[in-house]
Amino acid sequence: MNNAVAEKRMSSLEKRKFYRNRRTKTILVAVFIFAALLGVYLSGILLSDDLITADFSQKALKPSLEHPFGTDMLGRDMLVRTLKGLSVSIVVGTVASGVSAVIALIVGAAAATGVSWLDHFINWVIDLVMGIPHTVLLILISFACGKGLKGVLIGVAVTHWTGLARIIRSEVLQIRSQQYIEVSKKLGHSSWWITVHHILPHMVPQFMIGLILMFPHAIMHESSLTFLGFGLSPEQPAIGIILSESMKYLSAGMWWLAFFPGLMLVILVLLFDRLGENLKKLMDPYSAQE
Amino acid sequence: MKNKYYLKFTGKYLLRVVTLLIAVSVVSFILVSLSPVDPVQQYVGAVPNVSVEQRAKIAEYWGLNDPPVQRFLAWAGSVLHGDFGVSLLYRRPVLDIIAEKFTASLALMMTAWLFSGILGFGTGCAMGMFHGKWPDKILKKLCLVMCSIPTFWIGIVFLMVFSVGLGWFPMGMSVPQGVPAEKVTILQRIHHLILPALTLSFLSFANVALHTREKLVDVLESDYVLFAEARGETKWSVLKRHGFRNILLPAVTMQFGSFSELFGGSVLAENVFSYPGLGAAASAAGMNSDVPLLLGITLFSALFVFAGNMLANIIYGIVDPQIREGYRNE
Repeated sequence: MNNAVAEKRMSSLEKRKFYRNRRTKTILVAVFIFAALLGVYLSGILLSDDLITADFSQKALKPSLEHPFGTDMLGRDMLVRTLKGLSVSIVVGTVASGVSAVIALIVGAAAATGVSWLDHFINWVIDLVMGIPHTVLLILISFACGKGLKGVLIGVAVTHWTGLARIIRSEVLQIRSQQYIEVSKKLGHSSWWITVHHILPHMVPQFMIGLILMFPHAIMHESSLTFLGFGLSPEQPAIGIILSESMKYLSAGMWWLAFFPGLMLVILVLLFDRLGENLKKLMDPYSAQE
Repeated sequence: MKNKYYLKFTGKYLLRVVTLLIAVSVVSFILVSLSPVDPVQQYVGAVPNVSVEQRAKIAEYWGLNDPPVQRFLAWAGSVLHGDFGVSLLYRRPVLDIIAEKFTASLALMMTAWLFSGILGFGTGCAMGMFHGKWPDKILKKLCLVMCSIPTFWIGIVFLMVFSVGLGWFPMGMSVPQGVPAEKVTILQRIHHLILPALTLSFLSFANVALHTREKLVDVLESDYVLFAEARGETKWSVLKRHGFRNILLPAVTMQFGSFSELFGGSVLAENVFSYPGLGAAASAAGMNSDVPLLLGITLFSALFVFAGNMLANIIYGIVDPQIREGYRNE
């Protein structure tokens, strides 16, 4: 009998240990968030466009069981439109922050090569990009590309790298001052070889975390730009479009047109933020021990 | 001696600002030239019966056939003489429009700026004082969520709740409709300003609060605070004597450094509330391909951001003894 009790206690201890281990918990949460984001993306892609064809018999319905987010003035289901919009946002966010993070890595590493004029020049360019208010720069770039998806992608990609580039620059500078880099130099390795074999591997955590944490900003800027009318065209399902449409019906009291899509956007942004924080805990030894 | 270093520092900084402003104008000019929008078509617009020859004449008159470098030099030359051109959208000189719209925007931005600065700082201090306890945890979660909320959506939500739902505030604009400009009272203006200003301060409020919290927690975990507590100082006196002095400066600098976000946010907030400011004009200029106005606003906004950064640097230099010493030793 004693044995059974001891066994039970053991198993409950193990169970608790399993749940209490922060690393395991972090991985679980990260996987869960990733699955949720993937689910939103896939549902946006897989839901057929027939679901959002105009149906005037279903016009301007309040949220109900059949239409949890209500319907708009053309009788389209807002839940489907929102999901499709979010999946567009995820695609734009992925591409734009991916490009932006690669730019940041290249620029940051280049600034830290020790060539003085290059460092000055890159700092000057960063100051230049940061000197123009983000939204104004995005409007300019979008205008240069003749609006549309291309403008948003390029705009978001070329404006978000500055912060990460600064972080990577200081990290690379720190690593370059290490002794093993000196040793490697004395052993006759070229600067390029050292960068690829000794420095870039150290940048992986910063790069991944920076990439994921860039997502929320990219998504928010994409939707703001679309909201202002510069981004995606009105036929495309995008959160910015949905929200700017909803402005027309605000005084008519159709609150669900703006409320749910915006809320979903906030949740999406928060999820990405969480994913980034969890990844940071897993990859960055300093915050892992906090 | 001291003045010399200030002069050197200021000179260096001004040189940097000037080169950056030149670069901003070059970059924005290139971007605008890349646009596939045909300026002549945009200018002619809906006017019918404009023949091809007349179009060619307009293009010739504007110098559209000249090489880009020559066009840029012509534009930059007149900008240096204070002539930013005439806005296609408003059919008035760009500089007049910027001056007029900026006064409206400035009222909005400064209200939001003070609001987020003071309240954000206060909230951050409160969070830092309760570090690790439930008020801190709740406020921190709240601030993190606030950071993730897009400005334009919270503006719409405010409109839905306070204007449509409760009817406390007007639906937008900066003055009541149908009232002559000279009869608008200051109270009416403030009434119209509150919601846009709240919207605009929403994001930076959370940033300032979180930043202040971090700094205060750092200070409170330091050895000198431990020593102060050991001497028997109360929490309040620790905050007053050690906390404020150490966290006020970064907070002030950060607040002055946020001019860029403030301007960017005002574009969105002004659009949601149809507030006739510079931000709304910027997006209208972009939407209607009003190139002179767009260029003018871009340059002006860059100047605005640099002014904020410069103020931050100056204030840092004046207030912080460490930096003041730094100048002398440089």
